[in-house]
Amino acid sequence: MTAAVRTRGLGKRYGRRWALTDCTLDVPAGRVVGLVGPNGAGKTTLLNMVVGQLAPTSGTIEVLGGAPGGGAAQLAKVGYVAQETPTYAGLTVAEHLRLGAKLNPRWDDAVARRRIERLGLDPAKKAGRLSGGQRAQLALTLGIAKRPELLVLDEPVAALDPLARREFLQGLMEAAAEHDLSVLLSSHLVSDLERVCDHLIMLLEARVRVAGDIDDLLAEHLLLTGPRRDPADLPAGQHVVSASHTDRQSTLLVRTTEPVHDPAWSVDRVGLEDIVLAYMTGGDRRPALEVIS
Amino acid sequence: MIWLTWRQFRVQAAVVFGLLAALALGLAVTGPGLAGDYRDGLAGCGSGEACDRFRQHFFSGHQVQLVLLSAAVLLVPAVVGLFWGAPLVAREIEGGTHRLAWGQTVSRRRWLAVKLAMAGTAAAAAGGAATLAVSWWSEPLFKAGAGNASRLEPALFASHGVAPAGYALFSFVLGVAAGLLFRRTLIAMAATLAVFAALQFAIPLLVRPHLMTPVRADIPITRDTVGGLYSNGPGGPVHVEARTPAGAWVLSRGVVDARGRSVDAIPLKLDAGACAPDPSRMGPKDSCFQQMAQMGYRLRLGYHPGSRFWTFQWIEIGVFALLTAALTGFCFWRIRRLS
Repeated sequence: MTAAVRTRGLGKRYGRRWALTDCTLDVPAGRVVGLVGPNGAGKTTLLNMVVGQLAPTSGTIEVLGGAPGGGAAQLAKVGYVAQETPTYAGLTVAEHLRLGAKLNPRWDDAVARRRIERLGLDPAKKAGRLSGGQRAQLALTLGIAKRPELLVLDEPVAALDPLARREFLQGLMEAAAEHDLSVLLSSHLVSDLERVCDHLIMLLEARVRVAGDIDDLLAEHLLLTGPRRDPADLPAGQHVVSASHTDRQSTLLVRTTEPVHDPAWSVDRVGLEDIVLAYMTGGDRRPALEVIS
Repeated sequence: MIWLTWRQFRVQAAVVFGLLAALALGLAVTGPGLAGDYRDGLAGCGSGEACDRFRQHFFSGHQVQLVLLSAAVLLVPAVVGLFWGAPLVAREIEGGTHRLAWGQTVSRRRWLAVKLAMAGTAAAAAGGAATLAVSWWSEPLFKAGAGNASRLEPALFASHGVAPAGYALFSFVLGVAAGLLFRRTLIAMAATLAVFAALQFAIPLLVRPHLMTPVRADIPITRDTVGGLYSNGPGGPVHVEARTPAGAWVLSRGVVDARGRSVDAIPLKLDAGACAPDPSRMGPKDSCFQQMAQMGYRLRLGYHPGSRFWTFQWIEIGVFALLTAALTGFCFWRIRRLS
């Protein structure tokens, strides 16, 4: 399997602040990959470097085997729906398609027109008069009809209501399946990504916290509940992600590839959202959150 | 890219060229009449002195229009820099649309190059068209006022010849560079205006006079070489001013005595003696000028003759071409680093 994006020690510094540090990743090709993290975690910085609109301060990055933004051939292979799904307010829907056709050698006009028609967008309407959801769909149409190999989307649904959100993600899924696209999609909401992604990368405070297939993440993370004990006493294969204690009880989220045999624990599976939340709040770099219940 | 550039630029272009067309139309309508008035006036004035008076009258009668038109020509580069240049990149960054544009299969370099080339050509054309129309219209005025109006004087110099086209192109690229630097349209506009205005003051005052060595001339005092005489109160010494050579841009004028030292005034009186008023004509008697010359006084002038107009124009446009090239280089350097 080839990697759509491969980074080694990638970092970006703005002034004295590192927006992203020591990022080493292999984003698989042909998959829908979610990039999750709180605001300011470095998601946009990483995506801008993937599409070649930002140069790294340190480390290396390779996208579809080439240097990001390096020449027309590379630009043609990567589609980008930037944050807040920008469109030209003064240009009509049809003019946006014309823009796409003029600026992209691999432009697929039939796909673009079909999508616009199915979405019910009036080609003569200016983009500035579209709703947020429609504008996002227009931006997505430009990204898809460019016929890239990798489509990068930066928080495309952040400003959309739940219905528009669902429609947008559905459209994205259909296009990904139809055109055999690799997709890299960021969001600060796990629930958006859980529906559509099969691989997840989590950024926290400018670092990669977790990366893996969602099925593996779900299988490997277990919630252990039992009498109070020190997390340091756990077997070597069990890594504590977060821990909370009451006077008598301990609740631990652990990552392990082996089954838990200790009869003192009651073992539960947890959802993706809880796993991500556990990494954000717990972990080894922050004190565990005390939960009183 | 050409289509997109045109699509984004056409409204701004239409506004500026629309205004220019209106100006040109107004000039085209009134120009032939002005030229006709001048021709008829010259044909009917008869003697030399009467014709001089007509020319004087004709020129001063239209001086206000000339000043306003010169200001209009100077306004073109400012408008082009503020409303074409400054928003060119800054507005894209403000709206986030640069991410959309650069997400297409077009490099930033090409994106910027096409925009600069198209809008830059339009900017130079706008500046050139404005100055062409105004120069054509004001031609009779310069013929009439050759003694009073020098096209080397800063305000007229900046609105005639090839300079305005160069200013417009420069100002446009200055606006683009400011937009790339500050990433905000409004700040870029303010910076463009500040720099452009500062250059328009600094260059004529501090730079242009020294681009060529001014002519320094000591001229004997006669009725023809003196442009004006006055004294501060009756009985005071006489101040003498040299007449401006036709078309010249005078940088300094003064009076020197027999030993070549600069003096403020000549110790004669305008109400008695040699310089007493001549009842038969305007001004003092000829003896006044003879007396001054005998005392050894001469007029000293430092000036650029009117014939240097085109030399100065080409130097000016060369300087601005260099500045424009440097700013263009900055734009391409900056856009690569823009995040």
